[in-house]
Amino acid sequence: MKAGHKFLLGAAAIVASVGFLIAEGVKETGVYFLTPSELAAKTQADPTFYDVGLKIGAKVVPGSVRRAPDNREIDFKVSDGTKTYPVTYRGLAPDTFTDVNDIEVIVEGRLGRDGVFRATEVLAKCGSRYDAAYNKAKKA
Amino acid sequence: MTLLGQFALWVALLLGVWSAAVAFSGRWQGREELRGSISGAVYGTFAALAVAALALWKGLVTHDFNIEYVAAYTSRNLPSGYIVSALWAGQKGSLLFWALVLSLFASLAQLLTPRRYAALLPYVAGVTSAVTAFFVCTMIFAANPFERLAFTPADGRGLNPQLQNPGMMIHPPMLYLGYISITIPFAFAVAALLSRSLDTGWIHAIRKWTLVSWLFLSIGITLGMWWAYVELGWGGYWAWDPVENASLLPWLTMTAFLHSVMIQEKRGMLKRWNLGLIIGTFLLSIFGTFITRSGVIASVHSFTQSNVGYFFLAFLAVSGILAFTLLYTRWPSLRAEVQLDSMLSREAAFLFNNLLLVGVAFSVLWGTLFPILSELVKGTKITVGPPFFNRVNIPIGLLLLALTGVGPLIAWRKASAANLRRQFTAPVAAGLVTLTGLLASGMRDFYAIMALALAGFVAGTIVQEFWRGVRARRRMHGESVPLAFTRLIGRNRRRYGGYLVHVGVLIYFVAFSGMAFKREMEATLKPGQSVQLQSPFGHTYTLTHMGVSQFEALNRVVSAATVSVMRDGKSEGLMTSEKRQHVDSFKRPTFEPSTEVGIRSGLQEDLYITYAGSVNGTEEAVYRFTINPLVWWLWFGGFVLVFGGVVTMWPGGGQTVTSPRRAVAGYEVALVGGDRE
Repeated sequence: MKAGHKFLLGAAAIVASVGFLIAEGVKETGVYFLTPSELAAKTQADPTFYDVGLKIGAKVVPGSVRRAPDNREIDFKVSDGTKTYPVTYRGLAPDTFTDVNDIEVIVEGRLGRDGVFRATEVLAKCGSRYDAAYNKAKKA
Repeated sequence: MTLLGQFALWVALLLGVWSAAVAFSGRWQGREELRGSISGAVYGTFAALAVAALALWKGLVTHDFNIEYVAAYTSRNLPSGYIVSALWAGQKGSLLFWALVLSLFASLAQLLTPRRYAALLPYVAGVTSAVTAFFVCTMIFAANPFERLAFTPADGRGLNPQLQNPGMMIHPPMLYLGYISITIPFAFAVAALLSRSLDTGWIHAIRKWTLVSWLFLSIGITLGMWWAYVELGWGGYWAWDPVENASLLPWLTMTAFLHSVMIQEKRGMLKRWNLGLIIGTFLLSIFGTFITRSGVIASVHSFTQSNVGYFFLAFLAVSGILAFTLLYTRWPSLRAEVQLDSMLSREAAFLFNNLLLVGVAFSVLWGTLFPILSELVKGTKITVGPPFFNRVNIPIGLLLLALTGVGPLIAWRKASAANLRRQFTAPVAAGLVTLTGLLASGMRDFYAIMALALAGFVAGTIVQEFWRGVRARRRMHGESVPLAFTRLIGRNRRRYGGYLVHVGVLIYFVAFSGMAFKREMEATLKPGQSVQLQSPFGHTYTLTHMGVSQFEALNRVVSAATVSVMRDGKSEGLMTSEKRQHVDSFKRPTFEPSTEVGIRSGLQEDLYITYAGSVNGTEEAVYRFTINPLVWWLWFGGFVLVFGGVVTMWPGGGQTVTSPRRAVAGYEVALVGGDRE
């Protein structure tokens, strides 16, 4: 067999293994990223869709945040305007997670059968109130 | 000043369009004055953009808050260093910075390129001018840094506290310099295709440029890791965030390119692949900018969403189509001069290295885009995170590490059994010794063991190379060891500089493997209370909460929690972590509070302390304590890598015209002559 052919075989093996690693990786580690409405639709269509690892992207309902005195456990509600889910998170929330304004969060975790989302991770985007002010000013 | 800046942008745009139009029309051929006007327009663009940048800087320094950009990114009480660096802190300013640096590089390419490549230069100017014009165009029509507000705020918003870190003054520009300088090799590649001068000439002309941009990207990425580590406070340095991935992508393809050009130089193979790689690298750099600015993918780094993203998407599509069409039309004249001789050869090792690097790039791109792709195909967003990237890339990364040891030592064309024995006996032994040592010490993490054992193997190959080189010089010239060592490097900069870069890379791998043994705990402590934490190196830390103090600094109100640290029963002093609330000059809070972590770095491990707040405003504090093994080595590896890169690029010495003779196996003889690479 010529070296060129051997190389092509080797290359094909590499491409195949990279492809396999990617496909397997997506299958094993991929999680749904849903809005509360989409999640509600999912659980309605498929009643077994609980305790599946997923992410919810939504806004924190203002005033819904309850923190344990030492800040290591936080309960709040997330909503996209139509559906609302209570979330409970054990751990240290990021600095950007505050009660003011409607901040956008991405929570990762599982929805329990009791309807409470148990988050293992909370990511918060800063509510840029100054940006909003400037944008308003510009339009004026 | 905004009027002047505005005007300068228009001048830059017109000059850029002129230069590109004349260059691509080909009318300059045989008309010296037109040809001169192309490079003249390139210098003129730079001058105009310099004026624009100075105008914006003037606005920043004089606190002209009527300029929206100035009000959005600075405030009266912002330390002056950050006022200067605010030029690239925001979307609009960074576009201006980008265009400015690109026009500078474009001018340097016109000025510094040796005369023998002069035929390429008008086309090079055309490409760089077109790209610059695109950036200026985006600024003028979608993100104008000179835009004024309808009113003048009394004070600006100030800079995001997470960007108020000395590292952030240089991390973005370094990364930008890397991204931007990729345009120059890309321009030469397009110029070679357009002018049909498809020998290795263009590759020689851009050798330094590719190294420069690779080096800037490496520095930028490493500084980014450092910034994430000291500023973001989650206790790590790489989270596979889309924007981090976007910076890694061109680095990966550029690394592949740096290796595969050697094959083209020495053996006349891979011409199409190399052109494809450099075009791909350029597109990935634009793609990275698109990801960062468009907000299509959620990321902690995102700039404010704007329609700038569409400009970049359109530019990406147009330049991709044009470049690949051009490559396709020249396809037949890019045939390889020779065929691969054997799988056991340096060519084959480099080919596999290239495939793996591109494989990593592909998987990172795939994972980054997966939310979008899955939504397009299946209608639901599915995201993949660090577990995906680690799962896919750790095995590939380990193979690459192994090739780092194999590639430089295995013979060109076809390695004989004798060559393999001679080159690899000692390094393989070094790897095996490392492996045995690790197993004996009780380490059980498979990937970490593999990484360290392979690092031992690669280190073995490099030490062996240096040792043989020094020995040969001592024998031939009777030099002392240190002299032989420095001369060895000085006379063969490309080769030994490359080895030093490899040393840096393997130190990175060692540092990465350390993170497999990270320890972490959270604790709520009253003053005087303490906790104990065991480190993977067997040290016991006793951490005692001393109390929380509050004070005001220049532009912030600070709560600082202090911990007294004992290691193995011996006092190691105090460490502090802060919660900061930044305020403007009227003491109004700006931004959300931010955390300043406390880090004590050592050769074995870092103690990393995060103060997460107090219980009901008392002095009872909530902490996260993290032990991060071997992180110091990451920064050290960065220094070695950069040092090696600089050695490789250092002008003069050790750079000779390549000759096919040296592509033959067996090279100890040439080594002493001092002109091998």
